[in-house]
Amino acid sequence: MKLLTLNFLTCARRTCKTSPSSFPLHPREAELEILESELNLVFLRNILPRLMWSELRGIGEELGLPSLPESPPSREDLVTKPSPAKPSSVTEPSSVEEEGGEGEEVPSQTAKDLHRLLLETTIKEGKLVCGNCGHEYAVKEGVANFLLPGHLV
Amino acid sequence: MLPTPSTAHVSFDLVYEPAEDSFLLLDTLSSLSETAFLRERFSGATTEAGCSSAPLVLEVGVGSGVVLAFVAANAHSVFGRDDVLTLGTDINSFACSAASQTVRSAVTDHKSHSTFLDIVNGDLASSVRPNSVDVFVFNPPYVPAELPDRSRHDAFNARSTGQKSTTFEQESYLLELSYAGGKDGMEVTNRMLEQIPSTLDSERGVAYVLLCAQNKPEAVKQRIREWGSDWRAETVGSSGKKAGWEKLQIVRIWRST
Repeated sequence: MKLLTLNFLTCARRTCKTSPSSFPLHPREAELEILESELNLVFLRNILPRLMWSELRGIGEELGLPSLPESPPSREDLVTKPSPAKPSSVTEPSSVEEEGGEGEEVPSQTAKDLHRLLLETTIKEGKLVCGNCGHEYAVKEGVANFLLPGHLV
Repeated sequence: MLPTPSTAHVSFDLVYEPAEDSFLLLDTLSSLSETAFLRERFSGATTEAGCSSAPLVLEVGVGSGVVLAFVAANAHSVFGRDDVLTLGTDINSFACSAASQTVRSAVTDHKSHSTFLDIVNGDLASSVRPNSVDVFVFNPPYVPAELPDRSRHDAFNARSTGQKSTTFEQESYLLELSYAGGKDGMEVTNRMLEQIPSTLDSERGVAYVLLCAQNKPEAVKQRIREWGSDWRAETVGSSGKKAGWEKLQIVRIWRST
């Protein structure tokens, strides 16, 4: 189960929905696995506005991962700056470069780190705990089980 | 026509096999009118500043995963964008593992640029963060038949330790979950419809729900329109023009001001 999935999940108990502490769910006793995938720069840019950054930072800390900066990266941070060593051309090189930057954009280290964290770092085994009611959801073979026992539905 | 994802690896003793209803969803989601609607609703240049954020597609009750895999594999054709996210849920853990493989393979085979999250084992959309879903897809258990007894769910939802094969009783139970809809075939669908306003993104969210003739679709659509003056519910795809007992349709549910 990918860490980005946690950005979209909450406690399944109806009574927890209105409590802010039911999000995010907190991983416990997690066995992580890295599953490599292709980096998609367009996706990373467009997921930025949807990331609950401080919650994601918290999850990273709980998992003992390298700590994330306090504020999320900007769209510009995801691309490597064009090399300044390029011989200056005749007319207005900077604006042309920015406008026509569609072709070969190179993901920055920030983009690679974000991709690794959101999409390649997965919880293989462990638990997800609600911060409000304390209910523990099991993750087995990468599949999280959100089915509640009858008395909690 | 866009290619149908492979489900050759799925054990249809335990997981609902793609059928006419699944294929109607594929045809509807890739029809000219729906792709035009979705492209407009989710337009916004994907590379310029001020673009709209990556849309999240949630399918509840994925079964074999054929529908979600189709959307994931053909996200560019359907939405006109390369940043679509897909997430699924199913109450049957065997379906979760099977569907996960179906989506992953389809994305790879079709060299799609969409991003697959996970399939979680859960009841409807109960574990999904409120108002985070942009496109919701549901092929419910719609057959008017008694709901299976859920008290046996934990025992039947996984292979017990040392158990090599599944029993006939277990298989019957899991398949009943995939088709039996209780009274009018609407008990599960009604429970899901209640959650739709709190599941969908309040601005751009749109839902596609499959109904059969016995679900009384006209009355269902009317009830949805009564949620508020901005709610819309229209039939956007149908199959079986003759009055067969399983005449199917896809209802699109959305808000419009």
